[in-house]
Amino acid sequence: MQRDLTQIPIVKATLRSRWPQLIIRVIALAGFVFAIVAGLIGTPVGNHNFSIVFVWIAWWALLMLFAVPFLGRGWCSICPIPMPGEWLQNGAVLGPQKKGLSLGHKWPKRFRNIWLQNIAFTLVALFSATILTQPSITGIVLLIFLVLAIATSLIFERRAFCRYLCPVGGFIGLYSQLAPVEVRVKDAEVCAAHIEKSCYIGSADGYGCPWLVYPGTLTKNTYCGTCLECLRTCTQDNVAFNLRSFGADLQQPAGRRLDEAFKAFIMLGAAMIYSAVMLGQWGALKSAAYSVGSLPWLEYAVAFVAFIFGVLPGLFLIAVAVGRRLSQSKETLKKTFVAFAYTLVPLGLAAWIAFSIAFVFSNISYLWPTLSDPMGQGWNLLGTANVSWTPYLTSMAPLLQTLVLLGGLAWASVTARRIAAEKLSGRRVMLQALPVTAFCFVITVGLMGLLIA
Amino acid sequence: MKAEWFARLVVILLGIGLPLLAIFARSDAGVIEVHGKVAENGGWTPESFNAVVGQPIHLRLTSDDVVHSFAIGQSDTAPIDVMPGQMADATLVFDKPGKYTFYCTRWCGVNHWRMRGTIEVSGSSTEVVTPTTPLYVALKLSIDDPHPAEVVPVSRPSAAQAGAPGVKVDLPAEVYRTQSPVEVWKQLRAASFSNGLSDMQVWNLVAWVWRSNTTPESIASGKRLYSQNCAACHGETGQGNGVMAASLKKAVPSGNMSGMPGHDTAAPVNFTDARNMLGASSAILQGKIIRGGMGTGMPYWGPIFTDAQVWSLVDYLWTFQFEEGDKP
Repeated sequence: MQRDLTQIPIVKATLRSRWPQLIIRVIALAGFVFAIVAGLIGTPVGNHNFSIVFVWIAWWALLMLFAVPFLGRGWCSICPIPMPGEWLQNGAVLGPQKKGLSLGHKWPKRFRNIWLQNIAFTLVALFSATILTQPSITGIVLLIFLVLAIATSLIFERRAFCRYLCPVGGFIGLYSQLAPVEVRVKDAEVCAAHIEKSCYIGSADGYGCPWLVYPGTLTKNTYCGTCLECLRTCTQDNVAFNLRSFGADLQQPAGRRLDEAFKAFIMLGAAMIYSAVMLGQWGALKSAAYSVGSLPWLEYAVAFVAFIFGVLPGLFLIAVAVGRRLSQSKETLKKTFVAFAYTLVPLGLAAWIAFSIAFVFSNISYLWPTLSDPMGQGWNLLGTANVSWTPYLTSMAPLLQTLVLLGGLAWASVTARRIAAEKLSGRRVMLQALPVTAFCFVITVGLMGLLIA
Repeated sequence: MKAEWFARLVVILLGIGLPLLAIFARSDAGVIEVHGKVAENGGWTPESFNAVVGQPIHLRLTSDDVVHSFAIGQSDTAPIDVMPGQMADATLVFDKPGKYTFYCTRWCGVNHWRMRGTIEVSGSSTEVVTPTTPLYVALKLSIDDPHPAEVVPVSRPSAAQAGAPGVKVDLPAEVYRTQSPVEVWKQLRAASFSNGLSDMQVWNLVAWVWRSNTTPESIASGKRLYSQNCAACHGETGQGNGVMAASLKKAVPSGNMSGMPGHDTAAPVNFTDARNMLGASSAILQGKIIRGGMGTGMPYWGPIFTDAQVWSLVDYLWTFQFEEGDKP
């Protein structure tokens, strides 16, 4: 099932025009800069500071409950973080005009993967208890992102920060495989015959793919930032913006990688640990996570890293090995491990949605007073400064979480069977997939215990 | 090219300039922004500021952590709640020069009482202020010395039960403040008029003396102050079992000053303990309240309470020893 939205003239014109995207990015940039300012000079009380309420509650809710599941890398297409760096790099805001300031180096070959993003996310996750609650720390972290993005743009070509460093971009890319939208070429033969490759090189109409992707061979959303430059630069009118079925990319065997597999473990493990730390009833665990730099925090950090890089992949490896033995698969263990790790993509997204439901609905009412008084200065700009905290949908949240988690489990199980069926047939498909499905079941039960019970 | 310049303008003005305006919108000349944090994290910031007699100062109060309250000692200004992430505005005008203490009235933590700051008020006043010497200083009392009662009543003395028919207690009024109940009991016991009275009846007479020197208004005022400022450690019932008591250290022997003054803590005093209380005079209690309990964690209330408030608090403390009731 596929429908090319660029067949609708007004949609095509809107997507090709730079102004709608620019206006949204400018609004996002204003919010981002204000989040830094509010974090650094506003009230240190998290639930009254724009930086905490808008970044970690409002933006996170928008990202995990809507943007990632439905638009994939939609957020990346309007993300303000690379904007100042891109301006310097390109010498223009709107479109190709003249040469910018960047040295234009190529990104080092050995780092052309998402391991740095995996490490960056893990680092942020280790300090998240303080980042998510202390406005000044949030302000500093956002500022670091901005400075890194600018520096990377000035040294390297294109959006190296987004592609290789951004801790958020890594997991958005992984989960964007599930989204019901994609940018793809209409006819690969047309691309093959096209000599200029303006989509990758760039032209007067737009930049060569900022994400270092050649659209002609694009089969997955993972590294396509949906910036729509290829739609502008393609001289053959061969780029489509498709509506498609959910999770279509999971059925693409090509391009499965160990760094992406580990991203799936990191995300799933982090969702479980966050659920225990932030929503659980274990005071000692919570205080260990919050007391950054102390011995209990070090123990927490070691346990965190060991769980996401050791325990979870280790148990999964056992499940995969058992399935491989039962099904008498001839595929190497490493390849099988990497392939089946993609079953954790829907499971992980479900875990994050369920986790987000828990805290977003209970905290989103902080938005109203913060809109009127974003820095805790006693302002009442919109007359909502005194709206008191009210949790929403508390009675519905457990049901929603259960449905989401069970949906994730079902999706993961189907994915496991499909991956097994790529190399095997008959009863062997079930034998290969069964232990992985059992692993997913245990994780789901664990998440239900942490989030709902 | 025009579009590019326009786009740049939009980015600079809306994307960067507008949010940076918040830095300037935030400053408010002439207003002192006061932040409250639990004492362990710094208490009040700033912890001191200046004012001039008759000239209003404007404060914007906010808490950086939990709920606090801002009050000024020895003043009838109502406390102002200081909420996390919210601003409370206050305008203060002082009519007398001096050094005023501002403090937190919310039990924000075990070191709540350390949340104090000072306002130095300069200028002159038409009102002549005569400093008074606290009674415990005038009497040169050593308030840290142990003062156990040699004798105690078998039950709680009652003013209402006092006075056998025809008995007339004739003691100077100042004994209530300068002498301990035990000292007064001994005087009454030695007096000839009490020959026919039991020890307990004499204790009831002592209760009567104490009750005769207070008023219901003073006791009510003392009770209110006690609930607001003392009960968290000493307990509502005076037994030294308030909610904060558990976080204070176990009792140290009297006079033990091994820790740094003001940094050591001890279990709160039990006001229902007759052996400890009946050997103390009202002046000693006044001294303890004004100066605080050195090395025990007991705050000093001298800069906070007025003279009348201290005495009303003392009046209320005696109700833990002597039953209330109508005067005989």
